[in-house]
Amino acid sequence: MRSIIQYYAQWIREGKLKVNSDWNKDLKIKFTVQDPCQLVRKSLGDPIAEDLRFVVKSVVGEENFIDMVPNKSNNYCCGGGGGYLQSGFNDARRKYGKVKFDQIIRTGAQYCITPCHNCHSQIMDLSKYYEGGFYVVHLWTLICLSLGILGEEEREYLGPELKEVGL
Amino acid sequence: MKEDAIKLSEQKGEFRKKVEDLLPEGNLDLCLTCGTCSAGCPATGLENMDARKFLRMVMYGMDEEVTTTPWVWMCTMCQRCIYACPMRIDIPGLVYQARASWPREKRPKGILGSCDMALKTETCSAMGASVEDWKFVVEDVLEEVRETQPQFKDMEVHIDKVGAEIFLNQNSREPVTEAEEMVPLWKILHTVGADWTYGAKGWAAENYCMFLADDKAWEEIVRRKAKAVDELKCKVWLNTE
Ligand code: SF4
Ligand code: SF4
Repeated sequence: MRSIIQYYAQWIREGKLKVNSDWNKDLKIKFTVQDPCQLVRKSLGDPIAEDLRFVVKSVVGEENFIDMVPNKSNNYCCGGGGGYLQSGFNDARRKYGKVKFDQIIRTGAQYCITPCHNCHSQIMDLSKYYEGGFYVVHLWTLICLSLGILGEEEREYLGPELKEVGL
Repeated sequence: MKEDAIKLSEQKGEFRKKVEDLLPEGNLDLCLTCGTCSAGCPATGLENMDARKFLRMVMYGMDEEVTTTPWVWMCTMCQRCIYACPMRIDIPGLVYQARASWPREKRPKGILGSCDMALKTETCSAMGASVEDWKFVVEDVLEEVRETQPQFKDMEVHIDKVGAEIFLNQNSREPVTEAEEMVPLWKILHTVGADWTYGAKGWAAENYCMFLADDKAWEEIVRRKAKAVDELKCKVWLNTE
């Protein structure tokens, strides 16, 4: 069993995925990333967190990436895991997620990249509920954006400043 | 007369005995009560509970409280506490066992329903996407992309391609609620020339039976998915996450 993030990193290193961050040179949009507990702390550890950062920095530009604190294996869970989103305990889930919300706000990033589905749903909900105003995107969206191959219909989670980029 | 200290060895509840048998390497006596676990846990304070307190209650044999507090559904079993704990005590392991001690039908309906749905469905989809639904959505979306984005008019997406290098799984949320979100991933795989396939069965990435703490159902789902990968003779089982 492997994670696609390992492949993304490998393909970028091998030159098969020719991503670059030129699109963000002038825009200077800031990104942070959520380390999914399931993938990092509970499975593959810091090496996969490093791969994740390598991919993200290649795509958005090193200077436009801001890490959360703490991070990698020591990261806080977003509160979307363990069945929380389906459990019906929504008040508790949002209180739990407040820690994550504050962490994201402290980075000042306009976008939070979530490589996991539970994280994506939970962090979207947190941004909306606590009126954080940040966007929450999948990694594949940004990779395709950077490659100039992201279609019009595939931009659901992008904010207005990125809706047209590379179309 | 001085009161005797509470002797933990005499306080053994049933629950503690059970978890000590199941988690033999996790000697709960090693807890220093330092509170590092609860200090760094987002679930601290919910239901007036926290990780250290929960562990103490297990130690004191407070079985009734331990096996009924809804807090066990508010801890995500994220393992941050184990990572931080100087003695590596497995609190989420206790939480899992506490979840498992709830009567199955009393466990949170949403998780229960998702597990049961996956058990009932060949694809293991917790949202109940059938083999037919799945094939239809994939083909429909692919056709649309080929027609409207000339750059990708030759892009292929296989279902059940025997001998492909990679078996890709997919969270049900995409085919069921936001099918276009599969496209960027396909494009990436197409661009690098990956030899990959979906399965008609067993492709759903999610497994709520694990969160439900239903060991048998959890195992059944994992086995069914592994079988789908083996049947197609794929080398790599690839998670989209
Ligand atoms: S961090 Fe470990 S040793 Fe400290 S109170 Fe928690 S379980 Fe006990
Ligand atoms: S596993 Fe549970 S108790 Fe431990 S840090 Fe995560 S939420 Fe808290």
